[in-house]
Amino acid sequence: MNKPLGKLAPTRREALVVGATLAGSALLVGCGPADFLSFGSKVEAGAFGPFLKFSPDGAVTVVSKHIEFGQGSHAGLAAIVAEELDADWTTLKVEQAPANARLYGNSLVGGTQGTGGSSAINNSWTQLRTAGAAARAMFVTAAAKAWNVPAGEIAIANGVLSHASGKSSVFGPLVAEAAKVAPPETPKLKDPKTFTLVGTDRVRRKDSQAKSNGTARYTQDVQAPDLLVAMVAHSPKFGGKVASFDDSAARKVPGVVAVHQIPTGVAVLASTTYAAKKGRDALKVTWDDSKAETRSSAQIAQQYRDLASGKLPAPDKAKWAGFDGKGTAAPAATGDLTIAYDFPFLAHAAMEPMNCVARVGKGPPRLEFGSQIPSLDQLNTAKIALALPGSVEIETLFAGGSFGRRANFQSDYVAECVHIAKQVGGGRPVKLIWTREDDMRAGYYRPMVHHTVQVSVDADGYPATWRHRVVAQSIMAGSPTGVPKFDDTAVEGAKGSPYLKATPNVDAQLLLATSPIPVLWWRSVGATHTAYVMEHTIDQLARRAGRDPVEYRRVLYTKAGAGRHLGVLNLAAEKAGWGAPATDGWTRGVAVHESFGTVVAQVAEVKLVNGVPKVGRVVTAVDCGMAISPNQIAAQMEGGTCYGLSAALFGAITLTGGAADQHNFDTYRVLRNSEAPTVETYIVPSTNPPSGVGEPGTPVIGPAVANAILAITGQPTLRQPFVKS
Amino acid sequence: MATTVDVNGRPHDVSSPPDTPLLWVLRDELGLTGPKYGCGIGQCGACTVLADGKAVRSCQLPLSLVKAAKITTIEGLGGTHPIQAAWVKNDVPQCGYCQSGQIMSAVALLAVNPKPDDAAISGAMDGNLCRCGAYQRIRAAIKEAAAAPAAVPAPAKV
Repeated sequence: MNKPLGKLAPTRREALVVGATLAGSALLVGCGPADFLSFGSKVEAGAFGPFLKFSPDGAVTVVSKHIEFGQGSHAGLAAIVAEELDADWTTLKVEQAPANARLYGNSLVGGTQGTGGSSAINNSWTQLRTAGAAARAMFVTAAAKAWNVPAGEIAIANGVLSHASGKSSVFGPLVAEAAKVAPPETPKLKDPKTFTLVGTDRVRRKDSQAKSNGTARYTQDVQAPDLLVAMVAHSPKFGGKVASFDDSAARKVPGVVAVHQIPTGVAVLASTTYAAKKGRDALKVTWDDSKAETRSSAQIAQQYRDLASGKLPAPDKAKWAGFDGKGTAAPAATGDLTIAYDFPFLAHAAMEPMNCVARVGKGPPRLEFGSQIPSLDQLNTAKIALALPGSVEIETLFAGGSFGRRANFQSDYVAECVHIAKQVGGGRPVKLIWTREDDMRAGYYRPMVHHTVQVSVDADGYPATWRHRVVAQSIMAGSPTGVPKFDDTAVEGAKGSPYLKATPNVDAQLLLATSPIPVLWWRSVGATHTAYVMEHTIDQLARRAGRDPVEYRRVLYTKAGAGRHLGVLNLAAEKAGWGAPATDGWTRGVAVHESFGTVVAQVAEVKLVNGVPKVGRVVTAVDCGMAISPNQIAAQMEGGTCYGLSAALFGAITLTGGAADQHNFDTYRVLRNSEAPTVETYIVPSTNPPSGVGEPGTPVIGPAVANAILAITGQPTLRQPFVKS
Repeated sequence: MATTVDVNGRPHDVSSPPDTPLLWVLRDELGLTGPKYGCGIGQCGACTVLADGKAVRSCQLPLSLVKAAKITTIEGLGGTHPIQAAWVKNDVPQCGYCQSGQIMSAVALLAVNPKPDDAAISGAMDGNLCRCGAYQRIRAAIKEAAAAPAAVPAPAKV
């Protein structure tokens, strides 16, 4: 029976805020999270606001509230300011904001300071345009006064103010006077049609030089004369605790200076990284596994399948919850097409393993690292160091990737470092380094997920009834609010799909499973599996109906009123030459998916070499609203495609007896250079406000490749990864 | 026990134990943080440096085996190497963490094969992982640098 949809659980962005607010409410009731989180902060905005700094020597610096970990946020955010300010793009600098939620909150994560959900450009768009335009007006006013001419006659281009009388100046000499001008409350923004920088290929990365000469500074690179390197012995099983340990051999390693037990294990501190590693390896730890996960991933997968099929009843306290349901009659229990999909745990495996530098015990707690959600990292640090959250200072450095890993409710590796630094005390810097093995075995994986889809079709071969069951471990269960009744992150992308909109009868439900294994968002979150299920199912339906997959989608998008889907599909199909046969043994597959407000279509050319998919040309069409940096949009489509393809082909963390089987890149295979496709990116022209591109390029390639394999072999691909190790 | 290593054209006295991987000698003792730790087992290439011009994984090379080899790190390239110029021009880096290693592997490739074809690029670069997936720009930048005149000058001394 179809149940009406109740009020759905909050989105993860909202929930993030709820979590932070709840945690804070124990101390303080009745104020917003940004106010609470910035209590005790000494960070203040300058005369030109929190996002712009001018120095008398002429330097113009944009302050980025978002971390730069590859996604190009620094370039995009700076370009928005530069456009409205009419600054000289070539000399404009970018620096990373300190932690202060009141000044640097993200409106799409409810005012907390953080980067995620492909929201950096999106939430900053109006804010930074206003910041640039306000500063521009202040300089115009200052110049008008200095030159004794009407403000309306002053022009600015490429950082030079000028007047028809011949007077001109760069920003530098006018800084002191401009700083005294009251900023306009509603500065006039440009008509986007007059943009000269935003949307052009002039918007390029600001960090390419530093990242090509070894000077870009990451957490791993923090050095200080009295710095101690920490490595921690963790339980091999998820949920294991230290029962006892013997550190006598560890303490004998030259360079080891201390050993401390902390909640997550046993930490060895040494003067060098290698000594810390040798000391850690010399520890003898006995683990208490009484509350640890003991199952294998194969057992978990079987449980999920049995839950989805109804063979097993929902476990205690868990309930099936509808995420889409409509129609006059319940869909058939068995449809024309029944497909079951299994997805494994995935490690993020960012190139820079998790790490953090913390100082506790002398002045306010201070962290230096790639902080993705400074507000949460402040809050979690404050709880351990017993300080006001806002007083926790964070210098956010470049991060060597994250893909979601550096954003979690527990600030896991940060909290670990703060615990150690607290025991060391005296404000002495402690650099926690996780080895690759520590990083890969620590969990916070993309959860295992199972989907069973049953579809019956109408006389023309289009879906008439759609029954959908998803079993997944909840990401939001890790939030301070605990296991939610419903978790949007488990179904986003299936929920809201144009295919469900175009289907008369829908019965779609989610069951949340539990485990001590921490799980987390992984680049594109729910779409990592929902895009695959929806897009691969649609191709199987098109094939059964004897219809072309592009044409089949066009009909459904038209029914659903999904104009932007139609737009990217048509652009990708046209650029890929969909109508004409592929040459040189390639076979095309198509997929389309919307995530984070951006719609991406891809046509992938695939061939099977000894049964292993080889992916060549990938034509990508993206609708991300107004383009800020076409070059970086392309970079994100290229990179997102590789990240998604790597997972689809090779990615899996499996468990034996509750411990991860993969510890490093020798067993956790990731995409290498010669396996990378050539991605062509085409941007749909748009006047809509910009949406993100960091994640939406990831989830489309998997189903596009599976659909090409379907065209080659006639067989669906129901398991990821495609390639068995 | 002091050992002398030749890094970026200069001898350096170092006191790390002889079994210490060169990577940690460079990073912790000489403060050369360009080469990065990524896996510690020679699988990712982030730690790549040149030893007598050849690309080696510094996480796999104990100090005791370095002996008289001339070591060049990303810092020793001088910042204006054609490979580095091509990297900047193509906006190759994303997170950038792997790029020191990528660049050193590419420099070593062009030193022995000034006009590498796709197979040669794959052979030289498949040992360097990039999780951001900058692979196609890496290939494009290598080809661009290879096409540039006087592509491979000697590494600068620092």
